[in-house]
Amino acid sequence: MDLDFISEHFPRLLKATKLTIELTSLSLLFGIFVGVFFAILRVSENKILFFISYYYSYIFRGTPLLVQIFIIYFGLGQVEWIRESFLWIFLKEPYSCAILAFTLNTGAYSSEIFRSAFETINKGILEAAEGLGLNKIHTFFKIKLPIAIRQSLPAYGNEMILMLKGTSLASTVTLLDLTGVAKHIISTTFRPVEVFIVAGSIYLIMTFIIHNLIKFLEKKFGYQ
Amino acid sequence: MGLLAFGDTGWGDELFFATLMTIAVAGAAIFIGFFLAAIFASFKLSKIKILNWIGSFYTTVFRGVPELLVIYLFFFGGSGAVMYVAKIFGYDGYIEVNAFITGAFSIGIISGAYSTEVFRGAVQSINKGQFEASEVLGFKKKIYYYKVIIPQMLRLALPNISNVWQITLKDTSLISVTGLVEIMRMSYIAAGSTRDPLFFYSFAAVLYLFLTFLSMKLFNKLEQHYSKGY
Repeated sequence: MDLDFISEHFPRLLKATKLTIELTSLSLLFGIFVGVFFAILRVSENKILFFISYYYSYIFRGTPLLVQIFIIYFGLGQVEWIRESFLWIFLKEPYSCAILAFTLNTGAYSSEIFRSAFETINKGILEAAEGLGLNKIHTFFKIKLPIAIRQSLPAYGNEMILMLKGTSLASTVTLLDLTGVAKHIISTTFRPVEVFIVAGSIYLIMTFIIHNLIKFLEKKFGYQ
Repeated sequence: MGLLAFGDTGWGDELFFATLMTIAVAGAAIFIGFFLAAIFASFKLSKIKILNWIGSFYTTVFRGVPELLVIYLFFFGGSGAVMYVAKIFGYDGYIEVNAFITGAFSIGIISGAYSTEVFRGAVQSINKGQFEASEVLGFKKKIYYYKVIIPQMLRLALPNISNVWQITLKDTSLISVTGLVEIMRMSYIAAGSTRDPLFFYSFAAVLYLFLTFLSMKLFNKLEQHYSKGY
């Protein structure tokens, strides 16, 4: 272990961590909306909506995230009407392409998590709500949603950690996130072990924070 | 579809062999993972505190650090580590570790961290009464493990092993950064030389979907087989 080497490169890694945090939190934020949207489609009685949601989640969970990023970043630019539309302002930037890919990916996984959370709500609770004369909107926001949030917290915590690790793929489309900078330092100095220890520790600290945040929320939304 | 022709005119045969390479790396990785998981799961289940810590350290690090970072560690550090060991045994030359081995090991170590948790959970969920019963019946320890514990463990662990396999299969796409010609790398080459990335990356997605679909079917069959008695 060479402490001088570490302290020389540590500020750069720390700066890159900012981009990693940014990518993770933006993708998770958008991903929640996508996830809830497709979870609602999934539990709807309309067959077409069900199939759209089913195949969306099937395709995004059955293929590697790397393929998804590459299709969006390298592939979509080939389509003429996309290049001529206003979408091109976003899709020519690696940053927004990465966020789009991460959002769609985490949206697919979270839609499954939210769906199973909605499905496990006790039928008796819903009947009680009906018996009390609550309307549909009230039942959804005051009863279904809080229970579903509580139910999905542990699985969603795992998904957050997977997404944090997933943002490392941003480095494959030229973005300099924590992994991207780590790779750059490794390939210019040939000191993989030291860089791995430092960058890995930063990732582990962030994982630890997410883990504890979820634990705190589980307590807050708990039944006790 | 001319792009997918077999032979010199299309990329069909190249992509076919790349798919076999993906399966081979994923297979090698999951077996390396099982081997590590057998060791580290027993560490985690042991009564010795230090072994517990080693087991937890392994699963925490390799499930918490991005796969890509682990691959870079082995890709850039692999040759150095092997040469260091070789030097101890008196060999001084340059050794290059091949991309397949680098890939299989880095993905295998990650896969092993997930398998460790699966194995540990499966062993812990077997009823203690089973052990007492086999003792009363006079089974030897070896028979007890092979005929009582492992068949039950497999049944309980199969759905989770199926998950780990899917994760491992998808993780192999990241090995493409080391230059190993599997599905992603071959699609990258094809996309570059035909300037048709949309087609080739979408086709890569189809290949992965096909592989994950096929493995799901296979695991369902296995699960049926192992739950016959229930």
